Amino acid sequence: MTVPASESGIHKRVVLAEADIDRALTRIAHEILEANKGSRDLVLLGIPRRGFPLAQRLAQKISAVDPSVDPDLITGQLDVTMYRDDLRRHPTRSPLATQLPPSGIDDKVVVLVDDVLYSGRTIRAGLDALADLGRPRAVRLAVLVDRGHRELPIRADHVGKNLPTSSQERVRVHLAEIDLIGGSPVDEVVIEDRA
Amino acid sequence: MKHLLSTQDLSARSALRLLDTAEEMAAVGEREIKKLPALRGRTVVNLFFEDSTRTRISFEAAAKRLSADVINFAAKGSSVSKGESLKDTAQTLEAMSADAVVIRHPASGAPARLAASGWIDAAVVNAGDGTHEHPTQALLDAFTLRRHWARITGTPSAGTTLAGMKVLIVGDVLHSRVARSNVWLLTTLGAEVLLAGPPTLLPVGVGSWPCRVFYNLDDALAERPDAVMMLRLQAERMNAAFFPSTREYSRRWGFDDGRLALLDTMGLDDTVIMHPGPMNRGLEISSAAADSPRSTVLAQVRNGVSVRMAALYLLLSGDPQDDDDAVDGRADQDDPPATTPEGRTP
Amino acid sequence: MSHDTTPRPDDAGYLIRSASLLGGAPTDLLVRGGVIAALGPDAGRDAGTDAVTIDADGLVALPGMVDLHTHLREPGREDAETVETGSRAAALGGFTAIHAMANSSPVADTAGVVEQVYRLGLASGWVEVRPVGAVTVGLGGERLAELGAMAESRAGVRVFSDDGICVHDPVLMRRALEYVKAFDGVIAQHAQEPRLTEGAQMNEGDVSAVLGLTGWPAVAEESIIARDVLLAQHVGSRLHVCHVSTAGSVEIIRWAKARGIDVTAEVTPHHLLLTDELVRSYDPVYKVNPPLRTSDDVHALRAALADGTIDVVGTDHAPHPSEHKECEWAQAAMGMTGLETALSVVQHAMVETGLLDWEGFARVTSATPARIGRLAHQGRPLAVGEPANLILVDPAARWTVDPSTMATKGRNSPFRGLELPGRVRATFFGGHPTVLDGSLATPRSTPRSAPHASQSAQAGAQGDLQGGEAPAWNI
Repeated sequence: MTVPASESGIHKRVVLAEADIDRALTRIAHEILEANKGSRDLVLLGIPRRGFPLAQRLAQKISAVDPSVDPDLITGQLDVTMYRDDLRRHPTRSPLATQLPPSGIDDKVVVLVDDVLYSGRTIRAGLDALADLGRPRAVRLAVLVDRGHRELPIRADHVGKNLPTSSQERVRVHLAEIDLIGGSPVDEVVIEDRA
Repeated sequence: MKHLLSTQDLSARSALRLLDTAEEMAAVGEREIKKLPALRGRTVVNLFFEDSTRTRISFEAAAKRLSADVINFAAKGSSVSKGESLKDTAQTLEAMSADAVVIRHPASGAPARLAASGWIDAAVVNAGDGTHEHPTQALLDAFTLRRHWARITGTPSAGTTLAGMKVLIVGDVLHSRVARSNVWLLTTLGAEVLLAGPPTLLPVGVGSWPCRVFYNLDDALAERPDAVMMLRLQAERMNAAFFPSTREYSRRWGFDDGRLALLDTMGLDDTVIMHPGPMNRGLEISSAAADSPRSTVLAQVRNGVSVRMAALYLLLSGDPQDDDDAVDGRADQDDPPATTPEGRTP
Repeated sequence: MSHDTTPRPDDAGYLIRSASLLGGAPTDLLVRGGVIAALGPDAGRDAGTDAVTIDADGLVALPGMVDLHTHLREPGREDAETVETGSRAAALGGFTAIHAMANSSPVADTAGVVEQVYRLGLASGWVEVRPVGAVTVGLGGERLAELGAMAESRAGVRVFSDDGICVHDPVLMRRALEYVKAFDGVIAQHAQEPRLTEGAQMNEGDVSAVLGLTGWPAVAEESIIARDVLLAQHVGSRLHVCHVSTAGSVEIIRWAKARGIDVTAEVTPHHLLLTDELVRSYDPVYKVNPPLRTSDDVHALRAALADGTIDVVGTDHAPHPSEHKECEWAQAAMGMTGLETALSVVQHAMVETGLLDWEGFARVTSATPARIGRLAHQGRPLAVGEPANLILVDPAARWTVDPSTMATKGRNSPFRGLELPGRVRATFFGGHPTVLDGSLATPRSTPRSAPHASQSAQAGAQGDLQGGEAPAWNI
């Protein structure tokens, strides 16, 4: 993920720059508040790894709109590894931490946050994981990028950008909290394809 | 990892991965719904050639929490006691499509033999073999120690090693698979390991282990260990002249009330007392020590399930054709290449 | 089976061209009439036109190897090995004589059993099979077996051993050493103090400590050897120490020889090459008694074999049915096959390291073991008039050990998969080629009491056997 794009045979194109990402998240934060008619009972659960920093950023933005919200108290992380339907198709994945806000998720409005929505299988796993943790009043989905190619009847409630892609292409999201390119943190969404 | 046979061949990276995964499994154990679907449809066979209800139940709980199907095969009293060979038993399990075989066996090396023989494709988990190793016991001990170490140093448990920790293992090291597995694993994780016991119960060759050896328990305690692990003593060893009497053993190498008080006197407030169980109260450990707040005996049992879940999950969940040590698609590069003992003099 | 109607090549002879005698300059040899009939450039002239010519260019001619230590398993465990299969393996391995250890079932502790084994050897005809007699009844370590009866039987036993079990009772060992003096016998001791090795699984040391396998300490071997050499000195007897495996044993034997004690010692090929590191696999193919030791021991054993402290190589060929090895280490039988790999392993460990030349090889694999076993017609020099027990070896050959292709029934070769030097191209046993072109040829026909194979005495062969004559292997 930190491999320079100049690597042979890979063509890379930036589709969202740092400012685009920030604008998209600001819009999503407003949409979430609007759909929920305020910040009441909101819980943002990021799906690791990049869903979690996105959830944190959204919580910050919500808190900017509604200062009564403590972003740390509405944010959590939901690991879906153990619920995936493709475990046997990949090298063993280490599970990551699931961290719920102190209020829990029972009767809350849980917004699942992920970077890219693709087949929908991760979200399916997330819904199963959620069911083992409690019973939210409603579950919504926010993603930075929807690249299509759904394999399950799943749809995002809030989308930063719809990106028509071919399945040969790879969509990579780099977030400053996690990704360093050439030693410096980077915020961008790129499409790579093998030329 | 294709198998979990010993801690000696476990790299620091693999060991940490197991412990970190166990942390997540432990969190599941605190939920209302203590079950994960990860191993749905997989079959785990508990193949026990030796009675050990505790270990078997722990593995059974671990497998069931991961939604695996569990078959318990107590080889005692079955066809095995009528002379069926390990090979035939293994092939029977293979025919039943076992995905993992958790094996407890009185012969050292039986799990390694099973894994290398080609009699069976399943992942093999060593649940204690003879006087060789008991890797999941050592992992649960390390897990327990790591949580304790993290608490007193105020750091999160996940990801940390045991660097700086001093662990004293006391008793019948010669016959202890728990001691062997702990010596390798704890030193791999950065702890300093001290051994104490009667010279008759320390193996010839212990000098090449990465440990300091004491014949006197009080001298070892003067080293101010952070944890004291008491090994179970089998009283019948007395008959083979390993020591004169259980009373003498108990006086010299038992963790008695006097030594418990000594920890307080020495100001070792954070030193814990461990025991793999089952305990011989009044022999290698006094009741007061076993029941004191320093005792981690029950935490060890609890952690056993988490660690065994981690082992089963890491062995069984991924694509068996893939490089097992790859983490999230990245090759595990920190592991030194395994050294193959030549065994032939050039 | 009759050979009377067809001309026999053995009678016409074999002209071996350009063989390097004991690694020396190439020479021609004529083998005819059971003996080396001619040697040198004129050998070809002496050969008749019907002599079979064998091109031995690049091959080394050596006296046929003599094994003092072979387990043939018959009678009793014919599923593991028989005299027939074991002696085929021996011929392929370059042996012309082997000593069948006494731990068969029933134990070879009576004249009847040793004669049975002896007769099976005669009938097989691949090598000379000399039974070893048990020292004690049933290997029980309590009462002496009828050593005299075995010595005087048609088998003519000279080597006595409870091998597999140590004669640990010092009084019994003393008596045995004394008693066999009456017929120039020798006690071959399996040196293993039993109490120190109860439940022992492998060499006691660094590796056993890690593997949690009960140790077989070197002192259990060394203490018995020390006792036995002193006993042999005290009663003025001949002692042979089987399969010496430790550096400490070497020192004790060296000391004993310096004191003039009549002791000989043997080392196995596997103890010259393999170490206990191999046990880390828990593969019982490496389980053997005495156990594989350390690299230091291996080097001490090689040096001792080179300097004569250890006198002979003995294979301790111990075939086992696969079910006795396809199991847990502790349950597995001890022992390794060795007849078909001995030459290669000794070449690799001793000759290619420069520790022994081919003359030395012949000494430790043929001449000395024949002398210890009192085999008058084995281990002889390669000279005119000597019995034609000899082998042709290609020292430049390289081969990968594959137990499944071996002639022995045992598949338990610890050298499996190893590339080794040296192959036996031909084995002449009493003038008859049992191995040609590296493959089994034909067994030697049932021998006669008369000294020359050219004298046709087929019809009388069986009669001789029943006639109570002297041992029939007279070449």
